[in-house]
Amino acid sequence: MIRAVGLTKSFGGFEAVKGIDLDVRRGEAFGFLGPNGAGKSSTMRMIAAVSPVSGGELSILGMDPAVDGPAIRGRLGVCPQEDTLDSELNVRDNLVVYARYFGISRADSRARADELLEFVNLTEKAKARVEDLSGGMKRRLTIARSLVSSPELLLLDEPTTGLDPQARHLLWDQLFRLKQQGVTLVITTHYMDEAEQLCDRLVVMDKGLIAAEGSPRDLIGRYSTREVAEVRFGVTGDDNPHESYAEQLGDLGERVEVLPDRLLVYAEDGDTVLEAVHARGLRPVATLVRRSTLEDVFLRLTGRTLVD
Amino acid sequence: MSTLAPTGRLSTAAALSRLLPYWFTVARRTWRGSVVSSFLNPVFYVVAMGVLLGGFIDGDPERLDGATSYLAFIVPGLVAAHAMQTAVADTSWPVFSNFKWNKVYDSMVATPITVRQVAIAHLTFVALRVAATCAIFDLVIAAFGVFETWWGPFVALAAQALTGAAFATLMYGFACRIDSDAAFGVVFRIGIFPLFLFSGAFFPVSNLGAVGERLAQLTPLWHGVNLSRMFSIDRIDWSLATLNLGVLLAVLAIGSWWAVTGLEKRLTT
Repeated sequence: MIRAVGLTKSFGGFEAVKGIDLDVRRGEAFGFLGPNGAGKSSTMRMIAAVSPVSGGELSILGMDPAVDGPAIRGRLGVCPQEDTLDSELNVRDNLVVYARYFGISRADSRARADELLEFVNLTEKAKARVEDLSGGMKRRLTIARSLVSSPELLLLDEPTTGLDPQARHLLWDQLFRLKQQGVTLVITTHYMDEAEQLCDRLVVMDKGLIAAEGSPRDLIGRYSTREVAEVRFGVTGDDNPHESYAEQLGDLGERVEVLPDRLLVYAEDGDTVLEAVHARGLRPVATLVRRSTLEDVFLRLTGRTLVD
Repeated sequence: MSTLAPTGRLSTAAALSRLLPYWFTVARRTWRGSVVSSFLNPVFYVVAMGVLLGGFIDGDPERLDGATSYLAFIVPGLVAAHAMQTAVADTSWPVFSNFKWNKVYDSMVATPITVRQVAIAHLTFVALRVAATCAIFDLVIAAFGVFETWWGPFVALAAQALTGAAFATLMYGFACRIDSDAAFGVVFRIGIFPLFLFSGAFFPVSNLGAVGERLAQLTPLWHGVNLSRMFSIDRIDWSLATLNLGVLLAVLAIGSWWAVTGLEKRLTT
């Protein structure tokens, strides 16, 4: 569906995407995981055929976006990071006019709008003004709008940023249903749980480059341990006390990461680590044992956390 | 769809047929707010300036560019000036908002439609709206017996709509090139308002002195005002009418290029 070789994007002197290779296959859910400013949105805009490629090769649905932009866009659905709904129109009209952009007849546009409102649970809000919707409803309406042309490929840029947990789960459920219908999903996110929930395969992006690629389980297996013991000590002075504790605990796991407020000890068995910590006479104020996540993968690859 | 060419690029006509439903939907949702400006304002203008102020002014054709009353002199020019004001109002904040705040354009160009077609469709809609506003204005002044022939108002309306369209393209291109909407305030104060007052709508530009008259005749609005007036009062100088038309068409052509390239610069990043 999407193939990129050495793809770059520059804005003036700033290089947002520094040469990435991609191969997204039909029917999969593919993710770009990375912090803000990693180059995810710039990549998405090139894939959406609205932002010219600066260098390298890019082919979408077998076509070149520089030549076949309108044809590509006719087969894509795009859910942008910022809502671009028309606040002067009501909910249903937003869908109807958008369907017309794709050359869908007036009668079919109306039928499609009603069908999609049903799909995203907004039928009751059909006549409401867009500005009266909650953030989660606006997001769902934007997703409904991206589906008016029955796209083969759906691009979702940070689909759940700013939503409360309940709204996120509702959206994930709808995206999952789309995937089951055979729609190829491409998702950018800086939430590791979202990437784990939704993506069959993902790339970890940082500073315009791809740091790693694989399925979530694959990446965790490759770059992290099965479990993580989180250990927090009391803070006394200005210095981060966790730095000195890290040296004392360094041999308890495969790896130790120091964060401003805690230590992460990577090991196969977290409980054994905590027992050893106590056996050494150390008294942490809080401890937690958990499974490794993509957040740990990102920390390992870049030395930074996803959400600063 | 049958209108898709091999590369998927739509013809302008096909793109317009897809985008105009949006603009008409917006118009349907917001028409109440524009009723006052498009119907009541003309009536106020005609009564206050044409009838009441005109009552103090001699209807001397020698001094009024051939008009037999001040009412007949001022109203055709006012409609042309009103066309300009409607056009620049519709292409300043509304255009800026569509890529800066409301982002309606961003949603349009995510579809098979191109940036160029988005600009053309919006300008087409503004031109239609200006034409409709002027038609209402003309209808109102017809009741005051301003027009000398049955066909004059139709040609005058075309001149008024062309004036509006020309100014719409200029303001559109400007809106695409500014970073802050504060720039509109400056243009309205030092550009549009003086044009409105001094381009021959309220008094013959010969009153401005030789240099002032020449300056006024360089403005596109004067050409629109003059064309509108000549056909309304049936005092047509065909060579001057040709010049007026040529200037307005030239402004429209250059303005269209300025508007389309402006939006392309703004949206293609």
